[in-house]
Amino acid sequence: MELVLSAAIGVLSASGVWLLFRPRTYQVIIGLSLLSYAVNLFIFGMGRLRVNAPPLLEPGGAGGLLTHTDPIPQALVLTAIVIGFAMTALFLVVLLASRGFTGTDHVDGRE
Amino acid sequence: MLLVLILAPFAGSLAAICIPTDKATPAAWLSGGVALFCLATAAGLYPVIASGRVLRHDVHWLPELGLNFTLRMDGFAWMFASLVTAIGLLVVVYARYYMSASDPVPRFFSLFLAFMGAMLGVVLSGNLILLAIFWELTSIVSFLLIGYWHHNAHAREGARMALTITGTGGLCMFVGLMLIGHIVGSYDLDIVLSSGDAIRNDPLYTTVLVLILLGALTKSAQFPFHFWLPHAMAAPTPVSAYLHSATLVKAGVFLLTRLWPVLAGTDAWFWIVGLAGLSTLLLGAYFAIFQQDMKGLLAYSTISHLGLITVLLSLGSPLAAVAAIFHTMNHATFKASLFMAAGIIDHETGTRDMRRLSGLFRHMPFTATLAMVASAAMAGVPLLNGFLSKEMFFAEAIETHKYNILDTVTPYVATLASMFAVTYSLRFIHSVFFGPQPHDLPKMPHEPPHWMRAPIEFLVFACLVVGIVPSWTIGPFLHTAVKSVLGDATPVYSLAVWHGWNLPLFMSVIALVGGVGLFLIMKPYLATSVEGPPFFRRLEGQRIFERVLVTLSWKWARSIEMRAGTRRLQPQMRILVAVALLAGAVTLLTQGFKPAAIFLRSVDPAFALIWLIGMICAVGAAYQAKFHRLAALVLLGGAGLVTCITFVWLSAPDLAVTQLLVEIVTTVLILLGLRWLPKRIEDPNDPEIMTFSTRMRRLRDLAFALFAGLGMMIISYTMMSREMPETISSYFLERAYSEGGGTNVVNVILVDFRGFDTLGEIAVLCIVALTVFALLLRFRPATESLETPEQQRMQNAFDDEHPHRKTGDSIAEYLLVPSVIMRWMFPVIGMLSAFLFFRGHDLPGGGFAAGIAMSIGFILQYMAGGTRWVEERLRIHPLRWMAIGLVIAAATGLGSWLFGYPFLTSHAQYASLPIIGKIPLATAILFDLGVFSLVLGATVLILIALAHQSVRAPRAHLIRAARAAAKEGS
Repeated sequence: MELVLSAAIGVLSASGVWLLFRPRTYQVIIGLSLLSYAVNLFIFGMGRLRVNAPPLLEPGGAGGLLTHTDPIPQALVLTAIVIGFAMTALFLVVLLASRGFTGTDHVDGRE
Repeated sequence: MLLVLILAPFAGSLAAICIPTDKATPAAWLSGGVALFCLATAAGLYPVIASGRVLRHDVHWLPELGLNFTLRMDGFAWMFASLVTAIGLLVVVYARYYMSASDPVPRFFSLFLAFMGAMLGVVLSGNLILLAIFWELTSIVSFLLIGYWHHNAHAREGARMALTITGTGGLCMFVGLMLIGHIVGSYDLDIVLSSGDAIRNDPLYTTVLVLILLGALTKSAQFPFHFWLPHAMAAPTPVSAYLHSATLVKAGVFLLTRLWPVLAGTDAWFWIVGLAGLSTLLLGAYFAIFQQDMKGLLAYSTISHLGLITVLLSLGSPLAAVAAIFHTMNHATFKASLFMAAGIIDHETGTRDMRRLSGLFRHMPFTATLAMVASAAMAGVPLLNGFLSKEMFFAEAIETHKYNILDTVTPYVATLASMFAVTYSLRFIHSVFFGPQPHDLPKMPHEPPHWMRAPIEFLVFACLVVGIVPSWTIGPFLHTAVKSVLGDATPVYSLAVWHGWNLPLFMSVIALVGGVGLFLIMKPYLATSVEGPPFFRRLEGQRIFERVLVTLSWKWARSIEMRAGTRRLQPQMRILVAVALLAGAVTLLTQGFKPAAIFLRSVDPAFALIWLIGMICAVGAAYQAKFHRLAALVLLGGAGLVTCITFVWLSAPDLAVTQLLVEIVTTVLILLGLRWLPKRIEDPNDPEIMTFSTRMRRLRDLAFALFAGLGMMIISYTMMSREMPETISSYFLERAYSEGGGTNVVNVILVDFRGFDTLGEIAVLCIVALTVFALLLRFRPATESLETPEQQRMQNAFDDEHPHRKTGDSIAEYLLVPSVIMRWMFPVIGMLSAFLFFRGHDLPGGGFAAGIAMSIGFILQYMAGGTRWVEERLRIHPLRWMAIGLVIAAATGLGSWLFGYPFLTSHAQYASLPIIGKIPLATAILFDLGVFSLVLGATVLILIALAHQSVRAPRAHLIRAARAAAKEGS
């Protein structure tokens, strides 16, 4: 499991970083999205990988790390996903505005 | 009481700014009232202070950092506080008549009161950090007051220069004060004052001294930082009278006196302070002789007198400290009155140029007499207060304190400077009030209104009584102030006017006679000379200052930018990633990082297969993003879905739900944006791809990418295969139910334990949505994206070809069945969203997921029916939803204050509803409702703003085209 997930994180980040260096704004946006998957998975992985141990308690009971997975990385990633969406939206609009303003979709606003 | 004393001016300042601009009189009454109140308060405290007690008022602020709002008043602080308030009151009366009705007078009084508050803060602070804060506040308010007539370029420059110099000094002083706090272990003034030996013997002493002196000397306009003060004279005269003679510039001297018991007495102190003081004393007096502007003369004279006080403080003897405190008070009285007199002359004649003024005695005999007495005090004529402190200064100057050259020259310099003082005082009086009848003045001079003169009368009267019967008038106050600074070291001193025939008196006589002689010699030259002293005129501090500023902030900055900067994004990105990689690699390798051994046993083949697809999607998206945007988007979605499955697989149901929903919204969003991007069609014969440099660049980027990917892989594998250390997670797992009242720990963390973070995050979301909205309001798409999409054109052409069809029919019929289903889905999605919302506290779901789900419901309606169709039927006000959400979330947090709990404390309970059954009803659910409403509003706002462009942009374009046509036609 760990091996597969870390390989996935590696591939996602490599694709993301590659796209980050490309000259077209759309490429950068896709790159950032891929990179954010990688980062989210990375943070999530810091709580270690557990199967069938969601952080849902029995009513009235208390949980522990033996029976439940780590909730903190999940809470962090949950907000990160939403903020990531917001950032994608912002970048998209900035790139559209820049494209309308400069007439090109190059990241520098000129070819 | 002390708190009231500090707060009253600030409250008055706030009130004054609310007064309409043209109502000068109420603002003046308000300020006068506040100043009088503060003065009365200070006066009322005198009996307590005189008995030797130190008043303290502590308000806890950040006690962990040793930062308390401590106010402390001893005799010295009392003296300064009453000086600040008394002269403040007089200046308010004066300013009421001085300020012209066309100026925004309430703003002036507001700033004036703010300054008074800041200055009181400086003198009453019992904590070094607090002192520094008020100190900076005086710099800022002084900046605003100097630049009060901001239409005047001279005023703006003077203000900027004053702020740059005193602000820089203030920062140095701040560091110095923090170092003192570090040495002593406390910022409390009482503790600091009692640990003088520890500070003086500390290896950091010299650093502390230099830093604090930088602050004090810049504030008190000491050489070589003196040049800002003459330029600050562009301020209205009441400001000059108050800030630049009586109070602000005294702050530096105040600090030196305040810390005198702690810092003084060493050789370093003697040399730095003494050298600065002596050169300021002499140069200030010398420069003052050659000024043609009355206020300029007074400014240089102020600099010189501040130098005198600094010299006294440098000597390190208690008697000298007494003289310094005494002269501080005396100087404030006579210099404030002189500034006011100069202001009256400027006000009544329209000029301050001493070459043009003459013979004003005939026109304003009262003002002239008052000014003469005040200048005599400035020159140190017997029977006036200036004489007394000057005699004390002479007496101290001839004493030997240290055996070095500086101490030896002090009496000679003192006599010479005093002679210059006599010359410039005489010149001030003679050239303005005597001589022939003035001609071609801008206004016909006459006496000012009585109340404009009253403050001067009062101050001059004070000069006289203090000068004639010092021990009956100022004596007890001075003694209280001295005692609080020197404590047991208070020397025996005498305030008598007549000390017999002694050396100081002889020096005074030399100074008086020499000064008069010098004036008679210089008179013809001064009557016509240009502004500024000979020789030094070219070596102006201001020019050097400006040159330094230009070099620093323009030339050097530009050259660094030229060499190290780039405006291109790609190199910046490469540097960014390279630095990140390097930082990571260096840290890991030097700290002995060992990658974990790889085991293949635990791999689940299904999971591996899914991720094989995911990785192919990721690489494919990277490969296709340039020419096949839609394909790249689809592949991106594939990678997202695999991520989502991973979350399900690895016990993170909340993340899976949110990821899935966000994935949908992101895809829709990017689809909406795709239309406005330029077409990019792959051309196999494009020569660009073939060039060698392009190939090398790509190879380098690929290396970067592979290195980054490999690094991430190794780090994450190593981290994940390690044993989990003890973290705070168990805390949350144990208490999620007992304290948060929910079984879904992730949700409880978000809305309860870390609710404040979530509040911040939804605020960010809110800001992003508003930014998107604002950016799109002024969106101008490229013209080539404006034409109708190709598919719609084909459909319309098909309609046109068939006679029984109207144009647009095909578009309306397109995907009819799916769009009907989409419409029907609306209530279903609404239901799902409510379901997600209510179960959130106990099971996967919650405000974030519910909000996004609901927004998908809305966006489906847009897709099915079109923008206009939806907005005719549904009331969609995302801005309102966002506002409501933010308010609910914040109000839930504030609500816990009502019950006496900290911000965002939640209360949990279960409620049974008919049919639905038991639902968790924590106050956290209210907070979650806020989150829901905000997320919904923000998502819908972003999506709709983008969707609206397809309707709005072509229309705007048509309007523009029509306008252009109309212009051509006419």
